[in-house]
Amino acid sequence: MPAIELSDLALARNGTTILDGLSAHISAAGITALIGPNGAGKSATLRVIDGLLRPDAGSVRIVGDGPMRRAFVFQRPALLRASALANVAIALEPLGLLRSERTGRARAALARVGLGDRAEAPATRLSGGEQQRLALARAWAVEPDLLLADEPTANLDPGATELVEGLILDIARRGTKVVLVSHNLGQVTRLAAEAVVLARGRAVEQGPTRALLTSPQAPETRAYITGELPWTSFAAAS
Amino acid sequence: MDIFRRGLLTFGLLFALGAASAVQADPASIVVASTTSTEQSGLFKHLLPLFEAKSGITVKVVALGTGQALDAARRGDADVVLVHDRAAEEKFLAEGFATKRWDVMYNDFVLIGPKTDPAGVRGGDVVAAFGKLATARVPFVSRGDRSGTHSAELRTWKEAGVDLGAVKGDWYRDIGQGMGPALNTASALGAYLLADRGTWLSFKNRGDLTILVEGDKRLFNPYGVMLVNPAKYPSVKAKEGQAFIDWLVSRDGQAAIASYKIEGKQLFFPSAGQ
Amino acid sequence: MFQTFQETISRLATLDRDVLAIAWLSLRVSLTAVGLGLCIGIPVGAFLAVADFPGRPVLVGLLNAFMGLPPVIVGLVLYLVLSRSGPLGSLGLLFTPGAMVAAQVVLATPLVAALTRQVVADSEAHLGEQLRSLGLSAPRRALALIHDTRFSLVTTALAAFGRAISEIGAVLVVGGNIDGHTRTMTTAISLETQKGDLSLALALGLVLIVLVILVNAVAALLRSHAARAYG
Repeated sequence: MPAIELSDLALARNGTTILDGLSAHISAAGITALIGPNGAGKSATLRVIDGLLRPDAGSVRIVGDGPMRRAFVFQRPALLRASALANVAIALEPLGLLRSERTGRARAALARVGLGDRAEAPATRLSGGEQQRLALARAWAVEPDLLLADEPTANLDPGATELVEGLILDIARRGTKVVLVSHNLGQVTRLAAEAVVLARGRAVEQGPTRALLTSPQAPETRAYITGELPWTSFAAAS
Repeated sequence: MDIFRRGLLTFGLLFALGAASAVQADPASIVVASTTSTEQSGLFKHLLPLFEAKSGITVKVVALGTGQALDAARRGDADVVLVHDRAAEEKFLAEGFATKRWDVMYNDFVLIGPKTDPAGVRGGDVVAAFGKLATARVPFVSRGDRSGTHSAELRTWKEAGVDLGAVKGDWYRDIGQGMGPALNTASALGAYLLADRGTWLSFKNRGDLTILVEGDKRLFNPYGVMLVNPAKYPSVKAKEGQAFIDWLVSRDGQAAIASYKIEGKQLFFPSAGQ
Repeated sequence: MFQTFQETISRLATLDRDVLAIAWLSLRVSLTAVGLGLCIGIPVGAFLAVADFPGRPVLVGLLNAFMGLPPVIVGLVLYLVLSRSGPLGSLGLLFTPGAMVAAQVVLATPLVAALTRQVVADSEAHLGEQLRSLGLSAPRRALALIHDTRFSLVTTALAAFGRAISEIGAVLVVGGNIDGHTRTMTTAISLETQKGDLSLALALGLVLIVLVILVNAVAALLRSHAARAYG
């Protein structure tokens, strides 16, 4: 599993500072959560790690063996107007597989997330929970070294949330490093062994989740956990 | 997905079919650049089936003003020209774009105007009539498109001693269009205009217009036909083009021209070999 | 006026095979032109929506402006190009249906490309991040978004068809309005108007409108049928 080295990341969009010299070391093991108030720069950090956003300054180093395969799961699953199967299979195209191999792996992944019997269904007709499971099937099929998940359960009901959490744990157990952005501190406690607290575009504290939530050191962390921090930046909604 | 693919396939096939049938060329055909008066009077619709049945050659008529028709031929875009402006035709010959001109037929121009004739031009003298029009400054529609009819109009103003540049005003409407649009405009305005008899006879939207001056020798309107010089453009279909000209001036062709009538009135009078 | 309408209705009943041939030619020329325009315009428009390169805003602006190309200008330029004394004169296309197809392709393609770019760009705003994070190349992303917006693109095709079949400026100049060869619905309507036969012109106009409605109905049917399965 890869470790991630973030050094002095800076990012501004339309005159608003989003990342302001963010540095952090995300360990190679298990699931790491990025937490913090809205506008702290959590989603932006995730996108910078994936290469979707290019930082104005600073660097991202992913430390591991060989080429890194990444997958991204968004808060709202972005699905094509095609079958569930086609939505998974397209993710396998850059891997250089045969068409039959792609279909086989896509079907297996759909079965894994409990959508085996919905493979031919139009993806846009699935329920919200099914759509997010489909997005996870896409990630599962790719067998990524690194999974970036941006509030994957924010729009789901408790039942669907439980299913999705289980899948994320399974993916991590299979040997994928997971970086999770979440507002749900219960979820963070359940899933992530490690947490990084972001505020105003910087990492203010990091450590084992339980310790960090029970005895926060940084004033920003304390304020966030108790819900006190005044929102400082609305423009860069996380 | 399947429905979509099938739909696409159907559309694709349709396009391919259309494309294939749209661009195929027919074997023996010539392009004749001619005037709006011959096309819009319906003469070609009468003549061409007779020639095509006899020769197997398809004739495609592009109807333009005389000046434009000669220009199209100058660019090599026509095989034969059939027009009615003697001076412009002589110039075309002199430039070497054709080597010979044949007389084909003639019709005549008529001065059209409102039945009430506010300028009082009714009669048999077109030059006197034009003089009165300029004095009365009643609405007059000019083709203004370098057509044979336009040249005839300009010639008549000159013969009447009218300096058009000096007297031109609101009453003189230069529309820059074919005979049909000119007649439509005159009909709407209750204006005078010079028209060829053929188009006038086949024109349906006459309104209050009627013939006011006719029969003046100066209204004689001769048509000539020329083969575009193959030495200028090797693409000219000289054999087929000449076959069309030969037929037009033959006894059969001349008889066919004479037999074209609208409401019992003959529109064009054969003149080959005269 | 009322009399003209009455005559129009009675003329409709007697429209003969010539009119059918003219309608069929119009349909063939415009469908072919739109088909070719879609083949060129959709990939170009979609690529402009997904790819990011210097000069793209200029290209997009140019494309949007070209949507409004005056048909007469297109016809005139094409006439000079296809004329025997022009650069492509040897093709012998002038005054043939092929020349009319070419003119309408020039009119339809910028329209298709500009509308496609807009439709695909809207879809890209929603799906682009996901597709890029999958590591797909720009052409592959463009293809995926074309497929995703296929139902909206039907409307684009119809807009292009509407522009093609209703224009007269270009087909008149490059086609020459030759009876039985290049006479289309619009040039025929213009000719009959010039001859002062207004009721026949109006009858032909009604045929043209029915034709356009039919094509739109077929497309709408196809679209709703497919959309029911994959909306």
